[in-house]
Amino acid sequence: MIEVRNLTRRFGNNYAVDDVSFTIKEGEIVGLLGPNGAGKSTTMNMITGYLSPTRGQVLVDGVDIFEDPQSAKKKIGFLPEQPPLYMDMTVWEYLSFVHDLKNCEFNKKEHLAEIMGLVKITEVKNKLIKNLSKGFKQRVGIAGTLIGNPQIIILDEPTVGLSPEQVIEFRSLVRGLAKKHTVILSTHILGEVQAVCGRILVMNQGKIIADQPTATFKQTVGQSNRFQVKIAGPQREVQNLLRSIHSVKGVTCDGHRDVDAYTYIIEYTGSVEIRKMLFNELARKGWPILAMEDVSVSLEDVFVQLIKKADENGDQPKKKQGDIK
Amino acid sequence: MIAIYKKEMRTYFTTPLGYVFLAVALFVSAFAFALTTYYSSDPTSNTTSYFTIMIFLMAIFLPILTMRSFSEERRTKTDQLLFTSPLSIFSLVLGKFLASLSMFLIYVLISLINLIPLYANVAASASQPNGALIVGNLMALILVGACFIAIGIFASTLTENSAVAMVITIGILIGLLFIYFINLLINVPVLETIFEWLSIYGRFSSFTYGVFDIASLIYYLSLTGLFLFLSERVFQVRRLG
Repeated sequence: MIEVRNLTRRFGNNYAVDDVSFTIKEGEIVGLLGPNGAGKSTTMNMITGYLSPTRGQVLVDGVDIFEDPQSAKKKIGFLPEQPPLYMDMTVWEYLSFVHDLKNCEFNKKEHLAEIMGLVKITEVKNKLIKNLSKGFKQRVGIAGTLIGNPQIIILDEPTVGLSPEQVIEFRSLVRGLAKKHTVILSTHILGEVQAVCGRILVMNQGKIIADQPTATFKQTVGQSNRFQVKIAGPQREVQNLLRSIHSVKGVTCDGHRDVDAYTYIIEYTGSVEIRKMLFNELARKGWPILAMEDVSVSLEDVFVQLIKKADENGDQPKKKQGDIK
Repeated sequence: MIAIYKKEMRTYFTTPLGYVFLAVALFVSAFAFALTTYYSSDPTSNTTSYFTIMIFLMAIFLPILTMRSFSEERRTKTDQLLFTSPLSIFSLVLGKFLASLSMFLIYVLISLINLIPLYANVAASASQPNGALIVGNLMALILVGACFIAIGIFASTLTENSAVAMVITIGILIGLLFIYFINLLINVPVLETIFEWLSIYGRFSSFTYGVFDIASLIYYLSLTGLFLFLSERVFQVRRLG
């Protein structure tokens, strides 16, 4: 459905996107994951024809977007990072304008009514867009991308600024879209791609550093092997005891004292259940556990792991690694 | 293109922009008309000086119409919607141009009211107005207006600040108009030819004497086309980075 070949975009001397290639099949939901400035938006802007690449090619359903932009763009619905809304229009006027702009062949009234129902904005259709909340504005933006029923939907950071309930609602909306459309969405939130996408492309510094189905992605980087525990007891002795436990790889204490308790982050190897062991050892000493929780995988952890992995395989250029924070 | 045209016309009439343009331009032109005909020291039905003044006033009023054209789209990032839609860039430019031109034509139509007293109540000392001269002048005014609008749209592609776009437009227009007067002062043959070619006002003056000049018509049309083409190039170049 989308084929990206050696896509490169340079701004001055800086490569925003550097020799990126991937193929997306029909019906996939692909998440483009990466920190700010990784090149996600630039990549999306090139796929949609808003920017031209310095080098490389984008084929949308077999059509080159730079050679035949008119027919390629018809197949794409794009929601940029900031939804392109006209604040002085009502929702209906805006959608009607987009309908005309895309020269859409569907019956306007029926088509817009269907889309407004789908993203649940029917009740605000006569309101001015500037008076809508951020969540509603985002939905109007999504409604705009759906007009004309494009085969491909591209969403750039679609959940930024939404409330948690809106994010959940949004995710189910995207899953619903995937039945009829191919979806690419970008995000810098790991949980988001894992919740919605079937496949994850990780970008960093303009390059794709991982391309995996979500299921195997979870296996490779999903286990944190770390948890955080708050123990009441003398810091040094507790730390020594923790270190003596079999399969504990490292213990760090944040040094922040809460009455007589400290918080420790314990890193362990393998899949051994060490929490029971920990409980028994500490109970014997009479040092109670006040709190215990898993440390979730952060995007930074993912990058560290992915880069370590790439390094082992030797398929990534080494010069970039020093820069990753 | 029709979608863009409709949207632009809608914007002119749902924001103060269109009304401000019409109100100010109509008021000032009525004033200028009165002063150059009935209320001049020597009352006349000759409209030549009226149209001459109008050309200079349009260099200030027309940029009001075009200043937001593309700069506002860029500021609010709605250009991403336009440029990722299946429309070609040139049809976007053309849609915006035609909308501004329509506003200008609405102004020209309404300003014809000024001429009514000239025909209805010919002042004692004034002679019968010259119809052919008026038609020629109106045509020239529209041609020059189209040209100014194209230049204004070009300026609005250069910046995302509409005030800056307006200043750039007025700068270019005043420059192109005053080249004529500069040309009267200098005496270098090569420069004189170049300036003569560039001078918007010089071409206009032949119309005010009632001479219909095909070369001038082509000149104005090609200048309009040139700036519309340049506007499209700005986007192509920006896309390439």
